[in-house]
Amino acid sequence: MNFDFTDDQQAIKRTARDLLADRFKPDTVRELAEAERYDEVHWREIAELGWAGIFVDEQHGGQGLGMVELAILAEELGYAVAPLPFLANAAAGIALQHAGSDAQRERWLPGIASGAQRGAAGLMRDGVAPLVPDADSASAIVLFENGAATVLEPSECEIAPIPSIDQTRRYARVTPRAGAGELLEGDAGPALDRIATLVGAEIVGVIQRTLEMAVEYARDRQQFGRPIGAYQGVSHRCADMLREVESSRSTVLWAAWAADSEPETLPLAAAMAKAQASDSGWNVPASALQVLGGIGFTWEHDLHFFLKRAKVDGALFGSAAEHRERVAELSGLGTSAATAV
Amino acid sequence: MDLTLSPSEQAFRDELRDWVGQNHPGEEPTGDEAAWEFRSAWQRKLHAQGYAGLSWPEEFGGRGATLIEQAIFGEEMARAKAPSPANILGLVMGGPVVIAHGSEEQKRRYLEPILSAEEIWCQGFSEPESGSDLASLKTRAVKSNGEWIVTGQKVWTTFAHHAKWCMLVARTDPDAPKHKGLTYFLMDMEQDEIQVRPLRQITGEAEFNELFIEEARIPDENVVGGVGNGWAVAITTLMHERAGLGAASAASVKIALGQLIELAQERGVDGDPVVRQKIASLLIEAEALRLNAWRGLTQIMKTGIPGPEGSLPKLQWSAVNQGLTELAVAIQGEEGLTRDSEWTYRFLRARANSIEGGTTEILKNIIAERVLGLPRLR
Repeated sequence: MNFDFTDDQQAIKRTARDLLADRFKPDTVRELAEAERYDEVHWREIAELGWAGIFVDEQHGGQGLGMVELAILAEELGYAVAPLPFLANAAAGIALQHAGSDAQRERWLPGIASGAQRGAAGLMRDGVAPLVPDADSASAIVLFENGAATVLEPSECEIAPIPSIDQTRRYARVTPRAGAGELLEGDAGPALDRIATLVGAEIVGVIQRTLEMAVEYARDRQQFGRPIGAYQGVSHRCADMLREVESSRSTVLWAAWAADSEPETLPLAAAMAKAQASDSGWNVPASALQVLGGIGFTWEHDLHFFLKRAKVDGALFGSAAEHRERVAELSGLGTSAATAV
Repeated sequence: MDLTLSPSEQAFRDELRDWVGQNHPGEEPTGDEAAWEFRSAWQRKLHAQGYAGLSWPEEFGGRGATLIEQAIFGEEMARAKAPSPANILGLVMGGPVVIAHGSEEQKRRYLEPILSAEEIWCQGFSEPESGSDLASLKTRAVKSNGEWIVTGQKVWTTFAHHAKWCMLVARTDPDAPKHKGLTYFLMDMEQDEIQVRPLRQITGEAEFNELFIEEARIPDENVVGGVGNGWAVAITTLMHERAGLGAASAASVKIALGQLIELAQERGVDGDPVVRQKIASLLIEAEALRLNAWRGLTQIMKTGIPGPEGSLPKLQWSAVNQGLTELAVAIQGEEGLTRDSEWTYRFLRARANSIEGGTTEILKNIIAERVLGLPRLR
């Protein structure tokens, strides 16, 4: 039993932390978010580092690493709240890698791995995918519905930009034309579980950062003659935030590990991880805002970029309530009498 | 990362599973004396196999098990619903303190009877006016003619009526700052100057006791770790958190959650979306508790220092156990509130979980100060 990263995994984490801290200083994030755009130089750089295809097999131009390595990168990208089309591209890549036919992999994975032809993915609700990150710049769009996945070209869908609260990323509503696209041949379930885990990993990074913001502020900010972190109303809130961050991290790492090493555990682990991370993705930044008080409510403070990113991530690929319903189903409670809330 | 057991860990688990399968003593009998004899017999069985002092070094009759093995042991015993050994406080607190701070003579005298359950230990720390603020305790020990005369009151003393030895922390220097004037003693419980009164609790049973100590005697050689060092010695006891505890508590709430699911099915509410959401939340919290506990162990094994996740299992466990017993009672509606039900007992007993062994509030103070580095309140 060993929860530790290997030396290689630790190196990935360190490299990502350092590089992203340098490239995505708060002013850069703010500038890109306010302009609602990416800097393609950033994307090319991380694609050249092999991040875009870290989990794609080597024969399709990837690094052939696993879900744990991808989760490590996703956490660091979340920590930096990096404005990049990374998540959407990785989600499409996971779908094609794990549910695509040989021909479908051949067709799409090299572009996704190299970052030259990006992918995007989303969850359909009644024939429409209401919130798909980076669909507007994707060459391949994978849509999940009722346990199946379809890959489409942009010309086969109607792509309407959505002004999401998260300005660090682009979002769109995607409506596929009836009968358009190609069904992925494999089982879409394990791919969806991996994507849920990926989003959970990004949330872990975002909320880790907001916890740090809150703690730093609670140490420095003086009221009534002492740092506010000395008051239990504040310090206990911070302890609760730590519990949420660490529980999210533990469940996400478990799901990522299961994806690579114990696939029979993946459905339950992924559902638990995404439920936990989706909830904590709101609770932790919202608590950080309360600790920061008035300043945390301003546009001028960076907290809101993190809060909004984690909130939107919480809704992507299944809400906390939907994943809890799945946990109930997988834990011997049968199927629900009603549709989940 | 490898979240499976290594071959040697697996072999250890299989050995335990086999052994407990063949040696499980069955249901605990009712009645204090019968239950006590049952737990003593269980401990003797454990000891014969070297499991009683699992974490103790081999030279003191233990097995020198790693933290992971201790956690596996805790998990397996919880899984098998094995009884708790009679001398649990001696095994997890008293013995480790004597090993860490005791003299050679004390090690020779005290350790073996702890393992064999021949001498039972209890803990005299808390007082009516010193709960979370333990260092403010007032029980006095005064030296006179080569021995110590002790007067004071202790409370929440589990097993005091069975105990031969009490791990007693008393004030030996009233003029020193509160953490400095304390001494750790081993007090013989077999003297008339100590009165043990059962303390009836919310469940109706008397698991704990109060001690009224009026000029009890302790020979000087029963000081552990030196006069004035009581706080440091007591803290080692408290820090000697059973490594298997987090994993064991996760295993036992998992069993309880299985029973809760059965209850929901029996009552026909397993399709109710609200019940399903609540049960799923508890299942997730229990899993997070298990994973945080194991992650914490990995961290200690690697660096010797607990990581932030290691401070969480106790408060997570109390929240899950309270939550699941509350839901079990709620599912039963009006019928859930009768005195003769097992769930009712567990529901009431669980209220202590967020108090015993460090209140949730104190644990959050510790996390805030030691893990997050927030300023101290005091």
